[in-house]
Amino acid sequence: MAKTLAEKIWQEHIVRTAAGEPDLIYIDLHLIHEVTSAQAFDGLRLAGRKVRRPDLTIATEDHNTPTQNIDKPIADPVSKLQIDTLRNNCAEFGLRIHSLGDIDQGIVHVVGPQLGLTQPGMTIVCGDSHTSTHGAFGALAFGIGTSQVEHVLATQTLPLDPPKTMAINVEGTLQPGVSAKDIILAIIAQIGTGGGQGYVLEYRGSAIRALSMEGRMTVCNMSIEAGARAGLIAPDQTTFDYIRGRAHAPEDFDAALAYWSTLQSDTDAKFDVEITIDAETLAPFVTWGTNPAQGLPLTGAVPDPSLIADAEERGAAERALEYMDLKAGTPLKKIAIDTVFLGSCTNGRIEDLRTAATILNGKKISSSLRMLVVPGSARVRLQAEAEGLDKVFIEAGAEWRNAGCSMCLGMNPDQLAPGERSASTSNRNFEGRQGKGGRTHLVSPLVAAATAIRGTLSSPADL
Amino acid sequence: MEKFITHTGTGVPLRRSNVDTDQIIPALWLKLVTRTGYEDGLFGAWRKDPEFVLNKDEYKKGTILIAGLDFGTGSSREHAVWALQNYGFRVVISPRFADIFRGNSLKAGLLTVILPQEQVEALWAAVEANPNLEITVSLENRSVSYDGVSVGFELDDYTRWRLMEGLDDIGLTLKQTESIDEYEMKRSPLKPATLPAR
Repeated sequence: MAKTLAEKIWQEHIVRTAAGEPDLIYIDLHLIHEVTSAQAFDGLRLAGRKVRRPDLTIATEDHNTPTQNIDKPIADPVSKLQIDTLRNNCAEFGLRIHSLGDIDQGIVHVVGPQLGLTQPGMTIVCGDSHTSTHGAFGALAFGIGTSQVEHVLATQTLPLDPPKTMAINVEGTLQPGVSAKDIILAIIAQIGTGGGQGYVLEYRGSAIRALSMEGRMTVCNMSIEAGARAGLIAPDQTTFDYIRGRAHAPEDFDAALAYWSTLQSDTDAKFDVEITIDAETLAPFVTWGTNPAQGLPLTGAVPDPSLIADAEERGAAERALEYMDLKAGTPLKKIAIDTVFLGSCTNGRIEDLRTAATILNGKKISSSLRMLVVPGSARVRLQAEAEGLDKVFIEAGAEWRNAGCSMCLGMNPDQLAPGERSASTSNRNFEGRQGKGGRTHLVSPLVAAATAIRGTLSSPADL
Repeated sequence: MEKFITHTGTGVPLRRSNVDTDQIIPALWLKLVTRTGYEDGLFGAWRKDPEFVLNKDEYKKGTILIAGLDFGTGSSREHAVWALQNYGFRVVISPRFADIFRGNSLKAGLLTVILPQEQVEALWAAVEANPNLEITVSLENRSVSYDGVSVGFELDDYTRWRLMEGLDDIGLTLKQTESIDEYEMKRSPLKPATLPAR
């Protein structure tokens, strides 16, 4: 029977299947960070259990870590305790960890691919919803909660119900100034925050094939923002070229390649749902509200809630405008920004920094705002410095930081002040996400850079 | 895990959709390394508003949260489930839950019940008219009952059995260790390992 890629990977990982029970699925790689693991290790200790496969497990520190003065002890004692707890747990259970200051430290979803540990056909989990990022390699990757983290540590498996599948065909060529971030923001605006619920989204079509691995990771990263269980892109030459030569690339690369090349949805495979998006019509996109589906092309205006027919959506829009302190009808390009954040597991990779640097090169950011540039990993930072990108950012007036989740989530010292408004390349514009009372507009690295120069939401075409 | 068979309590109407886990428990609370102590962080930002439903005397004893569409979106933090439980909620009712939140809740013993939007709205109206209204959520019968009304809900037999018995998921899987051993024997040697580090 014809199968989708998600179904193929699923079936290859079934340890046990029984009528009326979830499938027991084998997990090839378990990524760990400090925030969602402490209670899982406690659970293991309490039950006298061990980590079944330390050799399929890797930890890094990212959510809590500061991006400045990383050679000094972490100032916040509560953050320090959580980081120390992770270090102690890894030592006790024999797990590999990349701590702050280590060359392989960084955001967990940047580190896995960078080490070559993320490969096609794998199952990958992490106690973080943006694990969907790894789907860009044709791996089935999903975020899990702490109870499941403990389950994977103890058994290297998870009992799971098979997902439904949705094909999202993005066909055509993107206009200049339009990028992977705009594709995914437009998809989420179209299908809604619950539109992907229960599905693995397989992104297909010529516009997806044309994306770099960085771009594909951006798209898959935000699958969760549409409520999806995972995002997936079939591997191709772009994927293979990215993995080749990385530290954990297969030694017998040709044998791996032969297997990876089979990882495609069959041409006659049936998806539960299929939608098509015309890449030519996409424009730079920005969110105006407090969930990632509340977005519009940058050329638009803040919507008028009274024109929204659905009562639920209308109420949500009214509340969002109040929180965001926006008036219906205001052109989005008139919105003044206080902070530009370039970074996160969505847009903190080398290509994202290069893209922003091409816009900022030789220019100054507006005196009305600050800009934080935060590489996704220590290696991304080093690579950027080798290319001189750090100088471009610093000369433009931006702050050049060390690797971490930074201002994406308001858990470390990098936060918005109450009422402060950001243009952010991260993934969530929830109330208070970037700091209590902070207001977030999600944008691409290109829009972030142009906005930094002009001081109001802008695309490179406005410069 | 505590068994869940049936629960009778009063409801709290949360007339909002898209309640994300950053609202349920703000990120600053995620620095704790325990499963308890999150009750004061529950809906931390919203609770600063004296008009917020949890601040109203008539809803302070509620144990059944009745929320709008797409409850628990966003981050995978299980802390959201712990915060609801620590506060005293045993059940959350919504027309649709985010996948990871729902998975987390059913692992941790917080019953998440999916009811159609019109049933949720009927419950909101009933609870707002009478905050002391007794609501019974029976996992045994898979039903929500109040005021002579009884509405059925769906939950797969396996999850229901696990919750009603209060069973430890890991314990159940460890009974399948032989199958895991067998799977590992035939697993492709091409798959990467994190150790030794390269």
